[in-house]
Formats: sequence, structure tokens, C-alpha cells
Amino acid sequence: MPVTIRRIIIALSLAMSLTGCATTATLPPEVPPMHSVSEIKDERVAQSKDSWEGFNRTMYNFNYRLDKYFLLPIVSGYEFITPTFVQQGVSNFFNNIEETRNLTNSIFQLKGKQTLMTLGRFVTNSTLGIGGLFDVATPMGMPVRREDFGLTLGYWGCGPGPYLVLPFFGPSSARDGSGILVDAGIRYALVSAINPDVNIGDEWDTIHAGVTALEAIDKRHGESFRYYGTEYPFEYDMTRYFYTKKREFESSK
Amino acid sequence: MKHTRPLLLLVSLVLLPALCRAADEGYGYPFQGSYEATIMQTPPALKPELPKKIRVEELVLDVIPDLKKPDVFFYNEGLRCTFAYQKEKAPLVFVIAGTGGSHKAPRLMTLMKALYQAGFHVIILPSPTHPNFVISASHTHIPGDLTDDAADLYWAMERAWLKVKDDIEVSDFYLTGFSLGGTQAAFVAKLDEERKSFNFRKVLMINPAVSLYNSIGQIEGLLDKIPGGKDSIVTFFNTTMDKFTKFYHRGEFVALNDEFLFKAFQEKLLSTEEEGGVIGTVFRTGSAGMIFASDVMTNGGYVVPKNRVLSNTESLTDYFWVAIHLSFFQYFDEYFLPYFQKKRPGLTREALIEAQSLKSIEGYLKSSRKFGVMTNENDFILKPGDLDYLRQLFGERAKIYPIGGHGGNFEYKDNLAYAVGFFK
Repeated sequence: MPVTIRRIIIALSLAMSLTGCATTATLPPEVPPMHSVSEIKDERVAQSKDSWEGFNRTMYNFNYRLDKYFLLPIVSGYEFITPTFVQQGVSNFFNNIEETRNLTNSIFQLKGKQTLMTLGRFVTNSTLGIGGLFDVATPMGMPVRREDFGLTLGYWGCGPGPYLVLPFFGPSSARDGSGILVDAGIRYALVSAINPDVNIGDEWDTIHAGVTALEAIDKRHGESFRYYGTEYPFEYDMTRYFYTKKREFESSK
Repeated sequence: MKHTRPLLLLVSLVLLPALCRAADEGYGYPFQGSYEATIMQTPPALKPELPKKIRVEELVLDVIPDLKKPDVFFYNEGLRCTFAYQKEKAPLVFVIAGTGGSHKAPRLMTLMKALYQAGFHVIILPSPTHPNFVISASHTHIPGDLTDDAADLYWAMERAWLKVKDDIEVSDFYLTGFSLGGTQAAFVAKLDEERKSFNFRKVLMINPAVSLYNSIGQIEGLLDKIPGGKDSIVTFFNTTMDKFTKFYHRGEFVALNDEFLFKAFQEKLLSTEEEGGVIGTVFRTGSAGMIFASDVMTNGGYVVPKNRVLSNTESLTDYFWVAIHLSFFQYFDEYFLPYFQKKRPGLTREALIEAQSLKSIEGYLKSSRKFGVMTNENDFILKPGDLDYLRQLFGERAKIYPIGGHGGNFEYKDNLAYAVGFFK
């Protein structure tokens, strides 16, 4: 027994010394830099926490690749084959559907004037704007007021929680991420209420899938942000800062 | 289109007091102060009407073959340039971006459209201080030396030209640059006299620095005046952002747009010192990226531990925080100077400073008729005496506007017309 243990110890220490050699052979030891955080007595750049940074950075890179190898080629194909006025019509159409999100959340925040304005926009664009293909409400003095469930939660005093980078949707927060789910649920319920035949028959499923895909393409088409598009090494930090700030501007209004 | 007229009217009404003052001098650019002009730039209604769609594409150039790029820069695929082209034979203008500027810097995109409209091909290169250039096109990966950077720029221009020359017909080559890019253009032109790849017919320097060392002093000086001084740059930035947030919530704003910014400026939300501080902070943000990119590429041990291998998901937040606190002077004395002294033993600090100035090639600049300069009397990157020096160097080819700060009037219609006219 003692012999075996001794053998194991010898074998282990041999193995460990070998790994030690391997590391030093390829990587020289690190040397502390001339300037480091210990000398800075200033505030932090972004004061909110990034508790899920590892996950977020991984997701940021994932989105970069999703864009590069999948979404952006499709978007450029779409932009190439469809005339500009069609693209504009498609964007208007989906923006008009999104008014339901703006509307429900204006109601949730008990914003009377804004609720009426958003309802006015939705009705005007759905009728005069031929089912939302044209945005006639904006020139008529009814500008779009973005609302979503994340902002509703913010309005009622719920903090954003940790920063969160979602696949496809991109920069978000724990609060705003759950908001996206709630808004999707409400929209599904509304669509089902208007058209109770949802989910009956394969034909509808196919149409539904097509519309969802078109909406996703339209979303990416309308968003000029490109992951690593600035090639600025601290783009992740900047994006996090400006996303958080932007939501801070939008909420509590 | 039909909304442009009322908008124009509205903007001119809002700007009326400013316009009246400026009209006395016969120049209609609205912002009088140097810092306010630099921040506010040109209101959309005072920019010229430019084509919305032009023939343009992005060039991605493999400038340094077999270059090893660390994993943390995995997204870098090569030097990115913007290329606008005509169907017919036309002159080609190379444009060099200003400090920290990319190949898509908004004001350069405007210049590109104006040149395109006038019948030029255009290639925009990022500034040698932009991380994309530091990583993929700088042979030393240490930016800031006018001679080295000019050689890198020239090499990159030759690669860009090789890539497009079979697709377009070019009659002549021209060169321009903004800010640091303007100063670099002079050195690139000088190199071209020996190498003769392009034989630039005309070179326009827009808001150039006369001496880089003096100009960094001017910029750093802006940060001396913020509360707590330059060591509190982030506190200053956060306080300023809070001011804007509160202002936004007080007013009836629906979006973060030009209108909001203009209103904030009109109500004097920031003092003159704070406006200067904002400009200094923007420069520092750019230099933080430049320093980090250079440090990683050279394994310099300046802000990143020497021999540290950064993964592409590792937090870089601390490096950002440290790098934004480093002044241009620190970069010069602790990083830039030691590198050159090691390379050229006996080199003095003074000699290196002298080399980063138009004065070091003034004999050439005086002897050549191809140069022109456009700048403003209140450009804060210039020191007293610099304007006279430019006038003396270029005579009537020095176009000096009374106001505009540092490039604030770049996109103003008169300025763009002058820049395009220079090459005509």
C-alpha cells in the first residue's frame, strides 16, 4: 500500500513538473503593466454592474457571427431584390403592428394623452395608411412614442437589473429581456383574439412562419448597428453604457 | 422633400440672431464659439443638398501579409476603406480621416458625396490612430510619427489602388485629410515626390495641426479646466451625462436627436469650460482605443500585462478605464519616445517633437504650388502664431474662415464648395 501511494505521488509530481515545463516553454511569465487600475482614483465609466459579463461577451460575439454568416447576407439579398418603396412599406407595416405594443404599454402606464395619440396613430395608419403600409400619422402631427413592457416596469419603479445581451435581440437587461417575452405574449393573445383560427391548418402555419421571418429581416434591415462595426476595442463597454443610458432616458418619462 | 422648406425656415428662424451677427462678416456659419462649433457642427439645413444614393463600396485590404492578429482582435479582417466610384474616367481623391476617425467618419462621408457629385472617385482611409489602422496597416503598430505614418498610409493607398485600378479609369490623383490627417497629407505628398506612384496634382489640408506636440498640448489643456482636473475625467463625463438626462426629462422631448442637442446648447446647459471638457474627453476616448490596440500588438506592457494572451470574451473594461486616464503627453514620454530612442540611439526628445511638425518639411511645402489649406481663426488645436505661419507658408492658398472651431464648419455648404472647388 505505501509503495503504491509513493508511486502515485512520484507519478503525479513528475506529471506536474512536466506541465510546468510545457507552460513556461510556450508562454513567458506575465509582467505587470506600467499603468494599472490601482493608480486610478476616478469614478467607473459605467457605474451599473455587469454581473453576467462572461455570458454577455460570448453572446455579443455570437450575434456578430449570426449577423455575418446568416442575417446580413439575407438582409442584403432582401435589399437587393426589393425596391426601396416596398422595403419602406414593409417597415411601416410591422411598425404599425408594433403600435399595439406601444398602446398596451401606454395603458399600463396610465398615460392618457399618449394612449389616445398612439391609438390615433394605429387607427389612422391602419385605415388611411392602407393596413399600415404607409405612415400618414407622423406628418399629421402624431409622432411615434415607443413603449414596451420593460419601460412599463421601469415606470412603476422596477430597476433594470443586470445588463443582458440576448441572442438576436442584442443589448438588453434582465428587466427588458423579460419585457420582450411579456410583449410577445400580449401580442400573441391579441392576434388570437382578432383571428381565432390561429393554429388551425398547416397553411396558416406556413404563412405565419413567413411573416415572422419577414419581420425578423425587416428588423435587421432597419437597424444600422453592426457588432464590432466600429472596430473600437472597447465597443462592448460603449454599447453597454449607451444602451443603459438610452433606456434611462426613455423610462421614467 | 416637401418638408425641407418649412424645416429650413424653422431652423433659420431659430438661428436668426446668430446668423445676423455672422452676416456682418459675410459668412453664414451659425456657431460663434470655438467649442460650441466643434460640438454642434453644421445644422442639417445648412449642409448642401447631396445625392442620397451613390456608387460606393467598402474595401477590405490585406495590407501587411502574414500579419499575426491576437484573438482579442478576431473581428479585424484587414484595413477598411470607403470607395466611391464613377462609371466614367475621373480624377481620384484620397481622403485621410482625422484623429481616431474611421473610414466611415460622418463628415468625411459628406465630403465624399460632395466630391462624388462633382465627378470624382473617392477613397477614404481611416486615421493611422484608428485601431483598425494600428492593427492592420501600421508596420510598427506605434502610431503618431508623421514620417512612419505617412509611409504606412502611402503603402495602404498603393494597395487600395491595386485593388480598384482594373475597375475604374483615373485621370489624376488628389489628396486631402482632416485634422491630423491634414498634417499627414503633407508628409504623404512629400513621399510621393520620391515614389511617384500617384504624382498628386493637388493636396488640401483641412484644419491641420502645425505641430502635433503643440496641438496635443492644446487638447490636453481643455481637460485641465474641468472640475477636479484631468484625473477626474470619468467623473466629469458622468456628471455631464446626468445633466443631459435631467434636461431631457424636464423638457418635452420625444427623441435623442439634433433638436434636443440644439436646445441643450441654446439653454447653455454646459459652460464654455465644460464644452471644452467634452471635446477633451472625446479625444481621450479615441486615444484609449489607440493605446490599447498598439500595446496589444507590440506586447508593450503599457496597460496590458506583458505576455498576457487576451481571449475574445475577456473583460477589457479595466484596460479601458486605465487607458482613458492616460494623457497624450504620457503616451509620448512613456511609450512613444522610448520606442524611437531604442531604434535610433542618440535621438533627443526635442528632435522627436520637431519631427512631428510641418516646420520639419517647410522647405518642401514652400517650394510646391500644389498645397492648399483650409482652417478657422478659432480652431483651438492651433497655437498663437500658427495661423500666421500657415498664411506665410501658403499665401493666398490658405483659406481661413473667421469661425468654425475645429472642423465644426466642415460640412457647411460654403466650406464644402471651397474644398470641392480646390480640386476642380
